[in-house]
Amino acid sequence: MINFTPTEEQQMLIDAVRRYSANEVRPVAHDSDENCGFPDKVIQTGWALGILPGNIPEALGGFGESHSAVTGALAYEELAYGDLSLALHLMAPALVAVPLMLDGTPEQRAEFMDLFLDETPPPVTAALIEPRIAFDPARPQTTAVAENGHYRLNGRKAYVPLAEGAEWILVYAWNAGAERVDAFFVRGDAPGLVAGPRERLMGVRALPTYPVTLEDVRVEAAYRLGGEAGADVARLMAHSRVALAALAVGVMRGALEYAVDYAKQREQFGAPIATRQAIAFMLAECAIEVDAARLMAWEAAWKLDQGEDATREAALAKAYADKAAVLVADSAVQTLGGYGYIREYPVERWLRNARGFAAFDGLAMV
Amino acid sequence: MPISFEIPERIQQNLQMAEALARGIMRPEARALDENEHQRPETFIKMTWPVSREQQKRALDKLAARAASDAPQREGPGIRMVDMIHTFEMLSWGDVGQLLCMPTPLLAGAAIEAVGTPEQQERFLRRYAEGDAPVWGAMAMTEPGAGSDTSAIQTTAVLDEATNEWVLNGEKIFCTNGKLSLDESNGVVVVWATVDRSAGRAGMKPFVVEAGTPGVTVEKVEIKHGIRASDTASIVLKDARIPYDNILGSPEVRQRDTTEGSKGAMATFDASRPLIAASAIGVGRAALEFVKEKLADEGITIPYDAPYHALSAVQRDVLEMEAQLKAAWLLTLRAASLMDHGQANNLEASMAKTKAGKVVTWVTQKAVEILGPLGYSREWLVEKWMRDAKINDIYEGTGQINTLIVARRILDYSSRELR
Repeated sequence: MINFTPTEEQQMLIDAVRRYSANEVRPVAHDSDENCGFPDKVIQTGWALGILPGNIPEALGGFGESHSAVTGALAYEELAYGDLSLALHLMAPALVAVPLMLDGTPEQRAEFMDLFLDETPPPVTAALIEPRIAFDPARPQTTAVAENGHYRLNGRKAYVPLAEGAEWILVYAWNAGAERVDAFFVRGDAPGLVAGPRERLMGVRALPTYPVTLEDVRVEAAYRLGGEAGADVARLMAHSRVALAALAVGVMRGALEYAVDYAKQREQFGAPIATRQAIAFMLAECAIEVDAARLMAWEAAWKLDQGEDATREAALAKAYADKAAVLVADSAVQTLGGYGYIREYPVERWLRNARGFAAFDGLAMV
Repeated sequence: MPISFEIPERIQQNLQMAEALARGIMRPEARALDENEHQRPETFIKMTWPVSREQQKRALDKLAARAASDAPQREGPGIRMVDMIHTFEMLSWGDVGQLLCMPTPLLAGAAIEAVGTPEQQERFLRRYAEGDAPVWGAMAMTEPGAGSDTSAIQTTAVLDEATNEWVLNGEKIFCTNGKLSLDESNGVVVVWATVDRSAGRAGMKPFVVEAGTPGVTVEKVEIKHGIRASDTASIVLKDARIPYDNILGSPEVRQRDTTEGSKGAMATFDASRPLIAASAIGVGRAALEFVKEKLADEGITIPYDAPYHALSAVQRDVLEMEAQLKAAWLLTLRAASLMDHGQANNLEASMAKTKAGKVVTWVTQKAVEILGPLGYSREWLVEKWMRDAKINDIYEGTGQINTLIVARRILDYSSRELR
């Protein structure tokens, strides 16, 4: 039965995250961007909302009914509406939790699942992206070579959030022997693994990201995600694309809302600029794009929740959201004119953040 | 009920039938009907009349039961919109020109359902639910001097108190199925006329004009860029007399310069816009599928998980076409679903219509471009789909008018504040 209304539980979650975003995140978002980090207290309050453990089923130790990409997408939109850096920072543990839920062996779950129920965010992250234009998540250049009961990892990663001080990093690599992509739980202090120095990016400046190099890093075979069977990395990519699409929707919704309010206040030629079709039509087009991007993210998330192959839907949703986010954020800057270009106003930050989605494959997981 | 995109079994079954019709009847005749403008799609009409008739019967019985029941009135259409958009999409994939000739009350039905009394619903719509001969319906709003600005209509309705009849005078154009309704069947046309020109929109009222009414003539049918199988009529009303009870809604001019009078028309748009959007998407999907088929013949497939730099320009185009069509479809599905739930969908209907009209115009133009000489040839249907698609950005409110509606809604402006 076709339905577009969240359940009551989901609505409660949406409301809670929306309050957090409005009251805790938005007021410090500008300074956090300038200072390259959010205050610990804001992260801690966000973690206490229980978004991730609430989306881990009880059978796996969480306190949710089942893992749902739709529920995740709803929460992610609200988080990114607050701030994208904060959303990516707060949900970095999901980069490990979701693959564990979907592909982890019972032993791997037993070892790691409890981490996500702690009162503080666990120091775990994942490394997928590589520092080159032609990066393809389906063909990473980082390699894992099997040798007598362990793997030897070599390669260069980038955009690894919170890598410094991470106790575990889930590293994606080309499993040369099996001719497939796999992911490996690597200790943050493993010999041969070096993180840093911190990257300097155009946007998401409050999110600490690092390059990570791996030189002959030894990983026990038991720490290959999914064990003998390996992991369904294509499906994980779909979960990542849905997460990113939902985050993009949050960013663009925030930008559109701000531009609408501004256009109704700002008077030129004796009337609010929103009363001119040049502005009003631009905003109307943005409103359509926000809703379209959201529906595409939801559809892909729903398909994942049905256990179906959502490669196509997730890819289309992500590609669509990438473009829409830039269009909407750019339109918001345009609506504010000169003020849009001034860092005191949030829209230029949202434009910098929105442009990132094209490069963020694997930086979020739902 | 959680968020769900699951297509109910009922719709999947309907779609199978619709697809059989689209493939078996509509596609084979599409080219000939395009080349021989104004020729009727006899086979399609013959095959769809019994189906349409049964559907109208069910809808009418449902409306009657609702009117007779004391239970609180659940708003919403007699036929589920989500079902309708699926059928419309599939049959438009077959041939939108033929689809428009389907014997149904069309927009007249929407208006009569929305604002007619139970007595009027029975009197005007029963003919669509019985009999061997197909019956059509139509709505006549547009005039030579009143397109998007419907408040400028000049057609008048004057009450003759001696006979208790309305006397209609004026000229209506761009009336889809006007000729089929008035000249080729015992149909009805909902004619918008003003009872008080000085009152603007508040004076506008819908009147039901039945086939055979003296003084009503179909003057011509338009020769068009696309949807050539569809009948687009000009109707002249010259001292056309209709019974007093053929007015839909109240005859009172409530308040000058309010939108009161045209609310009925606007309500039918909430239903018709998602349908037109769905129809547009059907044409777009036809073009997209054809492009993918022909590219596959050349060994070009469309990967969904390949990175941007690994895709050719054509592959990117096709992916963009696919994403845009999906976006338009989901907006349409939402607008339809809201209506079925009895919720306001005015904003969502205009969003869907704006998006679908624009996207499908682009998708079909792109299809002709990508296919080169094959796309431009009248041997294939792609060039026809491009011509057919364009109407979707024009009728039931141009893209600009629908954008204006979206803008007013999101800015919370009245039609006076944002012109």
